[in-house]
Amino acid sequence: MLTVLLILIPLVAGLITFGLKGSGPKVLGLIASLASLAVTLGALFQFRTTPASLQFSANWIPQLGAQFSVGLDGMGLMLCLLTAISFLLIFIVIFNREYERANSFYGLMLLSQAGLVGVFTAYDALLFYVFWELALIPVYFLCSLWGGEKRIPVTFKFFVYTFAGSLLMLIGLIYIYLQSPDHSFSYASFTNGSIAPQDQSWLFWLFFVAFAIKMPVFPFHTWQPDTYEQSPTPVTMVLSGIMVKMGLFGVVRWLLPVLPKGAYMWSDVAIVLSIIGIIYASCIAIVQSDIKRLIAYSSIAHIGLMSAAIFTNNEQSLQGMMVQLFNHGINIIGLWIIVEIIQQRLKIKNLNEMGGIAQYAPGIAIFLVTISLANIALPLTNGFIGEFLMLSGLFQYNVWFMAVAGLGIILGAVYTLNMVQKAIFGQSNALTETTTDLKANELLVLSIIVVIILVLGVYPKPMLELVSSTTELVNKVY
Amino acid sequence: MNALISTALSGVVMMFAGLFVSNKQRIKFIAIVVLLACLVANLAELSTIEAGDRTLYGMITISRFSILFNAIALGATLIYFLLSGSAFENVGEHVADYFALIFFILSGITLASTFSSLLMLFLAIEIISIPQYILAGSDKKTPKSSEASLKYFLMGSFSTGILLMGITLIYGATGTFNVADLGLGAGKVNTLALCGIILVAFALSFKVSAAPFHFWTPDVYDGSPTVFTSFMATVVKAGGFIAFIRIFHGAFIGERITADWQLLLAIITAATLIIGNFTAVFQQSVKRMLAYSSIAQAGFMLLAVVSMNTYATQGIVLYAAAYSVATIGIFAVMIKLKDYTFDGFNGLARTQPVLAITTTIFVCSLAGIPLTAGFFAKYFVLTAAIQQGNLLWLVIVAVICAAISAYYYFRVIIAMYFKQGEPATVPITGGFKVMLIITAAIVILLGIFPGLLLQLI
Repeated sequence: MLTVLLILIPLVAGLITFGLKGSGPKVLGLIASLASLAVTLGALFQFRTTPASLQFSANWIPQLGAQFSVGLDGMGLMLCLLTAISFLLIFIVIFNREYERANSFYGLMLLSQAGLVGVFTAYDALLFYVFWELALIPVYFLCSLWGGEKRIPVTFKFFVYTFAGSLLMLIGLIYIYLQSPDHSFSYASFTNGSIAPQDQSWLFWLFFVAFAIKMPVFPFHTWQPDTYEQSPTPVTMVLSGIMVKMGLFGVVRWLLPVLPKGAYMWSDVAIVLSIIGIIYASCIAIVQSDIKRLIAYSSIAHIGLMSAAIFTNNEQSLQGMMVQLFNHGINIIGLWIIVEIIQQRLKIKNLNEMGGIAQYAPGIAIFLVTISLANIALPLTNGFIGEFLMLSGLFQYNVWFMAVAGLGIILGAVYTLNMVQKAIFGQSNALTETTTDLKANELLVLSIIVVIILVLGVYPKPMLELVSSTTELVNKVY
Repeated sequence: MNALISTALSGVVMMFAGLFVSNKQRIKFIAIVVLLACLVANLAELSTIEAGDRTLYGMITISRFSILFNAIALGATLIYFLLSGSAFENVGEHVADYFALIFFILSGITLASTFSSLLMLFLAIEIISIPQYILAGSDKKTPKSSEASLKYFLMGSFSTGILLMGITLIYGATGTFNVADLGLGAGKVNTLALCGIILVAFALSFKVSAAPFHFWTPDVYDGSPTVFTSFMATVVKAGGFIAFIRIFHGAFIGERITADWQLLLAIITAATLIIGNFTAVFQQSVKRMLAYSSIAQAGFMLLAVVSMNTYATQGIVLYAAAYSVATIGIFAVMIKLKDYTFDGFNGLARTQPVLAITTTIFVCSLAGIPLTAGFFAKYFVLTAAIQQGNLLWLVIVAVICAAISAYYYFRVIIAMYFKQGEPATVPITGGFKVMLIITAAIVILLGIFPGLLLQLI
């Protein structure tokens, strides 16, 4: 039941929010996200004692064999936790911002949260597809209504791109559904391995393209930098922190167990594409002067490593990837919060116009440096363990792949440190001298992020344990 | 049977109402009441066919499926009357006659869903077509309307001739008009019959505006009074499709013969999808865009005709319902606007939020976004085609076209929500808004629980 509650809270709160006025929307948003976090923690507790109680199933369309079937495993729970924490942090950071038509803004944010949780909990293929699309619609409206100058064509491209990808996945889902002996969309009949290898070979691409567009993996990434740049920063946090995880999640939940032979056949191609993405995005990030685009490309590079790790058919790298799902989400949201803070105060996003902020706002500087170090996976930060496990798995798969992918770490250090240097150190100018330091709510949020970074960096065991059940399951069928 | 008689009688009633009732609101009211009576009469027949299908003199066969389809056609017309019935009086003086013509079209549609003889098929198609020629030209003040009518009439009668020729050839080959006795599937393929089937396929493709027989559609839909375009593009088209799927799935099946026409229809489907969707992208007027979108949607419905399985039959009913309701809704909103271009929708979300949100739901349904009826409609026709096995290439074409369709449908949303403007509208009553909300609710309800409709089929 807790799982259903996790979807219902943001859904109902979101719908109510549309009718509220004044400061009602942001208060309700905060309450709803707190409640979501509390329920997620409750689910975490139940997962340790009685994991079966998190499954819920009800008849939906009996004629089609589709059920409203939701549940949580280790990975799903971790991503729900990420979603709950992220939305809470986002709502705290933007608490003192005034948005035009705030009721629609908060309503759409909460609806997108409901869609995301739905994706992470669905155990029925048709339900998964429905949530997959639903998570997109509110984000489309958020970007188009509150985004930057070029928002309309950019988000339109984003929408049509992802919509095309998901339609391809729909063909795959229907095909597997028709192949399944009992004509059902349930997870069990999808994963019973009844699909012929020659079918798996082409079905793989229908799924992979849909997920690759969402992640995004080279060459399907072209929507991403523009969208990140043009979206309002809170939405960019949702997009880069949580939504791109949908693609990786989809591969682990719906691609590897459903089409193991297809994934095995094409793993080289998938890994090569991912690695090209790492190098390509890192190189572009180095020459970016727009801070939002720089972080967007850095995200492509990080996601590239994760998607390469998935296809190595290695338990270690899969575990590292899952831990990294959470940690990357926390780190990138931290970076976006800093960007949002700087943009709010100075109204600029060009790195060349910044500089010297550290002298006037030491708080911003400390947090930016800490989060950036976590972003380049320094030991004792949360990013380290995941990247280490992923690269070690990649090494066992193919030394050369690992060697090239490892370059991404070095390049990552180049562009991240370059960004830090240009943004907060160096010569100050007339504009940056006016920077004021952190407000209480910003301090609170960034402190939470840094605590998570350090705790999980020093002691990653609870996270690894949480996802170990999923890795074992995937490896059994893969 | 009941539906056929009651709709034909209703048409006569409406003509007399035009003589004796001068108040136009009252005429609309009478039309709605009479239509409701038709709907009840149609559903009442369900109890009589429990024992099995009923055939009358070898001419028409009443089945559960046909009654359900009639109910959907009548129900969609009811929504249409409620939403757009008041706009009839803007077209011209003879409001009652327009209602009468629509009832006659409906009786043609009920015949199309029940025929069991090729002669009845011909009659059904003619009864559907002739009132449409009149409706297309009903706006005497604009030359475009007369042009549309003449064009439609010339092309339509030509295609009727082809249909008749096809039926004659089939008769020549088999010696019977009776659909059940044609026996085309047995033994060797008869060349004469095959020619007949191809001619019938061409004629029906014309009626449902499938490429390359679609050239009349944009001009006729654009030239006709908008309120009648709304009906012609939805319920009438669904009627054409029911005839199409019944004749091809009921009479022209057989081990060899199916393969002979299936590829041809598959090519027509692909051409329809591609031409409809690609051309719709370049339209500047929402009305013309909807004309091309109706060609594109016909392509999706043709997917069901090409695939021979139960998903196809379920799919065409669901598709007809989802497509008709959503398109009627968009047309109803458009009639209220003064400017039919995309720019005419600019800023509608600020001035008329109810119209904007309901239009968004209709547009999402047409694009096939989940949780709207359109998603499950597309789902079913795609499933039908995938199950067919050898049509996977067509499915790929279809989904690429579906992605393209999101482009032009969402332009309406972009105009309403993300652009600034002061759209000029005619005064909008509270009742109209309530009807719009109810229609949108039906779209969402069928999108969440398509089982409600499926369990009836």
